Amino acid sequence: MTEGNAEAIRDIAILGAGPAGLTAAIYASRALRTVAVIEKGVPGGQIAMTDLIENYPGFPDGISGMELMTKFEEQARRFGAEFINLFEVASIGRDGSHFILADPSGRTLKARTVIIATGQQSRQLNVPGEAEFTGRGVSYCATCDGAFFRDRKVVVVGGGNSAIQEALYLTRFASSVTVVHRRDALRADRILQERAFANEKISFAWDSVVISINGDTKVDSVTIRNVKTGETSNIETDGVFIYIGYNPNTSFLAGTVELDEAGYVITDDTLQTSVPGIFACGDVRANHLKQVSVAVGEGALAAVSAETYLENLE
Amino acid sequence: MAGNTVELTSANWEAEVVNSETPVLVDFWAAWCGPCRVMAPVMEELATRYAGTIKVGKLNVDEYPEIAGRFGVMSIPTFIYFQNGQPVRQIIGAMPLERLVHELGL
Repeated sequence: MTEGNAEAIRDIAILGAGPAGLTAAIYASRALRTVAVIEKGVPGGQIAMTDLIENYPGFPDGISGMELMTKFEEQARRFGAEFINLFEVASIGRDGSHFILADPSGRTLKARTVIIATGQQSRQLNVPGEAEFTGRGVSYCATCDGAFFRDRKVVVVGGGNSAIQEALYLTRFASSVTVVHRRDALRADRILQERAFANEKISFAWDSVVISINGDTKVDSVTIRNVKTGETSNIETDGVFIYIGYNPNTSFLAGTVELDEAGYVITDDTLQTSVPGIFACGDVRANHLKQVSVAVGEGALAAVSAETYLENLE
Repeated sequence: MAGNTVELTSANWEAEVVNSETPVLVDFWAAWCGPCRVMAPVMEELATRYAGTIKVGKLNVDEYPEIAGRFGVMSIPTFIYFQNGQPVRQIIGAMPLERLVHELGL
């Protein structure tokens, strides 16, 4: 089941089961440490929601995010890592020689070292209708929910890689995809831009922001405002997919480890945080590139640094 | 996987949900949905713990899209709680057993 043994003191607790956390789990469990991978949701992280990854080496034809992460998880399990799903760490405390991880209901787990690999999550628009219609037309995951929009109209909000990748994916199902972007040019990689401009199902609302999501029991339309002219207009749609950037999953760390002004975890070059014995890796860290390949490298380093820390204790 | 949950179909929907004497929690799921897989043991646990009080049914949205569509399911997992055949509560997304129990008011 989902509960881990509350009394056992693991060598390493890894928070988050995305690419960074799972790689750390592979390295640490292969080094014969007792490892618990603690995940507030389900394994895979953000990348598991991505339809196709084309820039992770070893997969010349690309691979789906879910498939890649399933392989990572299998590899970690093969070396004996324990997986504790649906456990949200709300605080990290200390009791003598070990850390205590507590969830909001007071359940606890113990570990001698902690690796933070909690990643980041989609930023919300914070407009009327967004929260009410989440799961009823508003989505942050095209690969999860796209199939419910067969022959329907959808809107994608954003202009970066995620937005354009997912807009392209949605053209498999939707009758039309309107990309609403606050600027007059996309930020996405050129290769994705070219595909989007060539796709006849995709149209663009440039210089525009969504100011409300409207409907009765489900989404009927979005209201957008042109940021240059100030004009507002309505776009009829059944779905709204939001890809406007990310926030780090670090609110539980405030006051525990040092964070940068955007909330990302600051580490030294061994990936140790401001607290000895707590390490961080992947998207949650104040690094310069949020990519699976970077997360994998950092996951390996964090595990080795945690191992070195444990050896010095012993 | 059989356990205590009921596999729902368009053929047994009327009998198992609409005309059910006990309340029914329906788990709308699909094989390709990772969070749904994680919720499968949670559903089994719920069905075991509340056996006789509520019934837990599973509906595959790929096989019965018309039923999922009828209840406005646009994201999975979605859980809909039926009392006297009427949907009274809709919960979206994977969550631990205790939170699901709390949301259902059990």
